[in-house]
Amino acid sequence: MLDDPELEAESKPYLWTLNFGPQHPATHTTLRLVLDLDGERIVRATPHIGYLHSGFEKLGEHLNFNQYVTVVDRKNYISPPMNEVAWHNAVEKLLDIELTKRCQYIRVIIGELARISDHLLCTGAAALDLGAFTAFLFAFNQRELIYDVYEEMSGYRFHPGYTRVGGLMYDFNDKVIGRIRKFLDAMPRVLSDMEKLLFRNKIFLDRMRGVGTLSREDAINFSASGPIARASGVTYDLRKDEPYLAYNDFDFIVPYATEGDCYARFQVRMEEMVQSISIVKQAIENLPSGPYNVPIAEKFPLPDKGTSYNSMEGLIQHFELIMPNRGLESPKDEIYAAIESPNGELGYYLVTDGSKTAWRTRTRPPSYIHFQVFPHIIKDHLLADIVAVLGSLNIIAAELDR
Amino acid sequence: MSASTETETDDRHASTFATLSKVFGDGVFSTSRSRGNVRLFVPKERLIPLLTTLKDECGFSMLVELGGVDYLGYPGHTRSRFEVHYVVKNLDTTEQLIIKVGVDDPAPSIPSVYPLWRGADWMEREVYDMYGITFDGHPDLRRILMPDEFTAFPLRKDYPLRGRGERHNFPRLTRENS
Repeated sequence: MLDDPELEAESKPYLWTLNFGPQHPATHTTLRLVLDLDGERIVRATPHIGYLHSGFEKLGEHLNFNQYVTVVDRKNYISPPMNEVAWHNAVEKLLDIELTKRCQYIRVIIGELARISDHLLCTGAAALDLGAFTAFLFAFNQRELIYDVYEEMSGYRFHPGYTRVGGLMYDFNDKVIGRIRKFLDAMPRVLSDMEKLLFRNKIFLDRMRGVGTLSREDAINFSASGPIARASGVTYDLRKDEPYLAYNDFDFIVPYATEGDCYARFQVRMEEMVQSISIVKQAIENLPSGPYNVPIAEKFPLPDKGTSYNSMEGLIQHFELIMPNRGLESPKDEIYAAIESPNGELGYYLVTDGSKTAWRTRTRPPSYIHFQVFPHIIKDHLLADIVAVLGSLNIIAAELDR
Repeated sequence: MSASTETETDDRHASTFATLSKVFGDGVFSTSRSRGNVRLFVPKERLIPLLTTLKDECGFSMLVELGGVDYLGYPGHTRSRFEVHYVVKNLDTTEQLIIKVGVDDPAPSIPSVYPLWRGADWMEREVYDMYGITFDGHPDLRRILMPDEFTAFPLRKDYPLRGRGERHNFPRLTRENS
């Protein structure tokens, strides 16, 4: 067996070429893989991306910092609030804004809810692709409760657009907290049901164990991050190693595994959900009171409706930010700021020129980086293993094709 | 940014900068800092030696991010038109550095870092696709997001937001000649 897939493909002219996707039920979104098959064994896999290319990064150069949050949402539509937190984390770092404690806690809560919702879909869909339909329904049903939280807090169910420069669109009210508590009560039961269904399921285990192994060296060399790197023994987590928001206040561990196969990635995701539940619980119990936006004297935040209708300062501030010839002015600077999103490091390289919009909004998307690992770890596996590996990498097409 | 945080950043990178000045001599790279980010500007010839030193001797084992910026018309910009940035990270000490290298028209090209990090593969292809910067030594430099027939580079500043109509003028494939 030759190591180099190119050489092997050259030397075997009888190989069969198969197009997997873009509309295969296991590719979930528009992913196309061109496979060179020797019988059922994969000699070479070539991913083709770019079917959605929607110019999100170009749009970032034409929309202002508050408007762009609605575009950011669509990048990883499985966990939109995490993208919002990442975007405004970069903007606020650039503008040197210190958020209020309450805002930090709320962002931690919506971020961790997004992480749970992303992992639920990923683990559920991985189970679905391998034939375990019930586990998928359990997981997907649970996501509805998270959507209920989004709907109550922002009015939007799928793309909340909830963060603003220097704060949030609205404050958390008692109803939101009630819905989060309802979700937290239901969640452990679902996790244990999923574990019971899957962790002693021989078919599931046989198809996940030892499939798509990524070694620790390769994980680092391929720039992998998040659960995929942690399943290969890279214990790096930005929440612990470079804490942002209020992550220092919470007590949680960073789960990791060393096998680096699909099953390890699945387990890491399941364990991360347990940790996220614990973080949300701690944040809800200790939610600080006080303002959720930075003071309007700092000229950054949009005042809430009450302030803009009932006070002159609020009205002026609202006008100053909303009027087309006014608005928030950026410094002439550039910055790289990243957070730990469900899939890994989600960073923004942000360049500003002193105007109202960014000069450049380069996204560092985790899915894009992880998809290039795919040809490497799928080599010499069987055709049927593709769905297991694709599911465990959790590729989001909108994040590939910004 | 307060003064204490700036000193902290200094301490954090002290040993790295000591190694760099030992290998390359003092005052070779211009650095700038803001909000805890440290940026090193490198001439093109020194890019690969610098990144190799950082990877092998200073423990920056991971290339976190690679991307390009077009500075055409950026107020007060005096360096090259394009700049490519590399964010490298030391996983043991959580140290992070940003390396910036300038590339100029016409025929912008810089050496590829694919031999150092395989993760640079698609990131360099994206920069090529969006800005037309070629990476010498990249094994498979093709368009990645845009179709192969596309001739322009969409993230350049002189490319209009609505495009130039390329999408509507793609060659039409019929069943006979496909």
